[in-house]
Amino acid sequence: MTETTAPLPHTSEERTPWRVRLALRDIDGVTLLVLPAVLFVIGLFVYPFLYGFVLSFKPRAGDWLANYRKFFSDPFLYDTIYATMRLALPATIINVLISIPVALRVRKMHRRRLLTTILVIPITLGTVLIAEGLLNYLGPQGWLNRSLMLFGVISSPLRLAHNYTGVMLSLILSGFPFTFLLTLSYITGIDASLEQAAATLGATARARFRYILLPLLAQGLAINFCLSFVQTFSVFPSAVLLGAPAGDTRVISIAAYQAAYEQYDASMAAAIAMIMGFVQLAVVLLVLAGRNLFYRGAAGGGKG
Amino acid sequence: MSIAGRDFRELRLEDLSRSFGALNALKGVSLTVKRGEFIALLGPSGCGKSTALNCLAGLLTLTGGSIWLDKTRIDRLKPEERGFGMVFQNYALFPHMSVRRNIGFGLAMQGKSKDEIARKVEEALSIVRLGQHGDKLPGQLSGGQQQRVAIARAIVIEPPLVLMDEPLSNLDAKLRLEMRAEIRRIHDLIGSATIYVTHDQEEALSLADRIVVMRDGAVRQVGTPTELYARPAHADVAEFMGYRNVLSARVLGGSGSDVQVSVGGAALKGIAIEQRPDEQAIVAVRPDDLKPANDGPVAATVESAQYHGREFYCSGRASDGTELYFCSALPVQKGEMVRLAADPARVLIYAGAS
Repeated sequence: MTETTAPLPHTSEERTPWRVRLALRDIDGVTLLVLPAVLFVIGLFVYPFLYGFVLSFKPRAGDWLANYRKFFSDPFLYDTIYATMRLALPATIINVLISIPVALRVRKMHRRRLLTTILVIPITLGTVLIAEGLLNYLGPQGWLNRSLMLFGVISSPLRLAHNYTGVMLSLILSGFPFTFLLTLSYITGIDASLEQAAATLGATARARFRYILLPLLAQGLAINFCLSFVQTFSVFPSAVLLGAPAGDTRVISIAAYQAAYEQYDASMAAAIAMIMGFVQLAVVLLVLAGRNLFYRGAAGGGKG
Repeated sequence: MSIAGRDFRELRLEDLSRSFGALNALKGVSLTVKRGEFIALLGPSGCGKSTALNCLAGLLTLTGGSIWLDKTRIDRLKPEERGFGMVFQNYALFPHMSVRRNIGFGLAMQGKSKDEIARKVEEALSIVRLGQHGDKLPGQLSGGQQQRVAIARAIVIEPPLVLMDEPLSNLDAKLRLEMRAEIRRIHDLIGSATIYVTHDQEEALSLADRIVVMRDGAVRQVGTPTELYARPAHADVAEFMGYRNVLSARVLGGSGSDVQVSVGGAALKGIAIEQRPDEQAIVAVRPDDLKPANDGPVAATVESAQYHGREFYCSGRASDGTELYFCSALPVQKGEMVRLAADPARVLIYAGAS
């Protein structure tokens, strides 16, 4: 053996302390602060999800796919997907669409905070309170029907509660503030000088919206749609309170509830919850895939 | 060259005013601009120059006055109906469009054919020397290149008037000099009128055919760069144009436009601007016109000296405590006594007290 002073190739790397190497990857003591959140997500989301996933393949009777076979062969069950979609899709689309002009207007207002506060109040009320209020307001003996009959606009009360319309209205009301706030933040993130520049270049208000605002907003609107849709899809309280839970508005969460707490079939309930999750995922993935057709960078006009 | 500003004879601003609540940002600004002219609106921040530009572009409505392009009144038109090209301070390039589409946007809005748009965009790209960058997104360009795209986008619609709002303020010093020359070259090439807002007197002097000095929402003086450099009409304009020594002084005597005043405890000869002062006067002298000389009338103690290559930029204090700024070709030391002299033709004397 000859003595050699040349260091082995990896020794110099070993000399860099692990602390420094971690810091270079942006990992330091502060990173530990995400631990509670990670534990929370694992304990309350990942574990129940996996547990339910496994449980759904252990039916009370039959082979491992029996629950799913049962769901997709019984119209009373599989129709709930359609019933839910029929509520969630239009409600989400309507909310996203209405939020754009409102946010465009609010952006230019001086009393923005006041208006935002008013619009956001429904979030703090919760679904049940809104449902109760709507029942009082829209029911056959509610103010709306009474006033309309008093002025002779209609002769018999309109059916606005305990059906599809009632649930739809409540979904729009309770979902709008969230959708609006998100849209507002996306719209205020677009540099106002971009629209001014487009105007000096001859673009009318309509063209500015179409060619400047909309493409820059598309990204945010897609995400907004996904978040609102997922929220609306799991509609339960308003479908029960304001709808016809045995008929028109028998949404998928009602089916899951009945399986779990009326038939005490946890495995079937888990299967329905899984199906619900995959339908949501499918819609979200579809929207996010469509989003790639649009520009995804910063919405500023200046030096990046 | 086929990109050329739309033909017109003159643009007239008549008594423009604009207020924001109780604040009067523009107070009766009038100005006539001819085709091919390069006008600089110069003034400190808050003087109303940007407000004036935005009113011209139609981005702000006027609260009074009118704007005329030849015989057409245009102040009631929306920005998209005016057809002026505007270059924004932050460039305002559309981040989701390629350079080519950014430049072609205005033409597309005019409903021009694809062939014509492609041809004009190509030409505009070559005017601003960005030929090989046409397919990039603005985010992939450097600040100077983004600036060129913004200019190309504004001129390709062949506007009668190009408006520029401090377009160089986001660039570094070297690039600023380069783009300055570039802006003037492009202006001369397309021949439309340019109105250029800046707070940098050097930029205004080197670029403009005429400079409009503004202050507190009003026009203080309009003149060629040489006029403004050598003969500012008011003491405050002089101060803004680089006359760093603006001092109040007592009039000692003199005849005609020659006036003798007392500055720093000594007598200094100068010339009266506009009107002859009676007793109190304001004296304005550039630091580079005040130089040490053996028989100079004003004695001062050097307080600081900065080396600037050819000269030292110095400050000193006269025997009566007046602070004076001057230039010296020879090194001077702090605490040293110097005698300062100035050519009487370069000592401007205004009536009134400061």
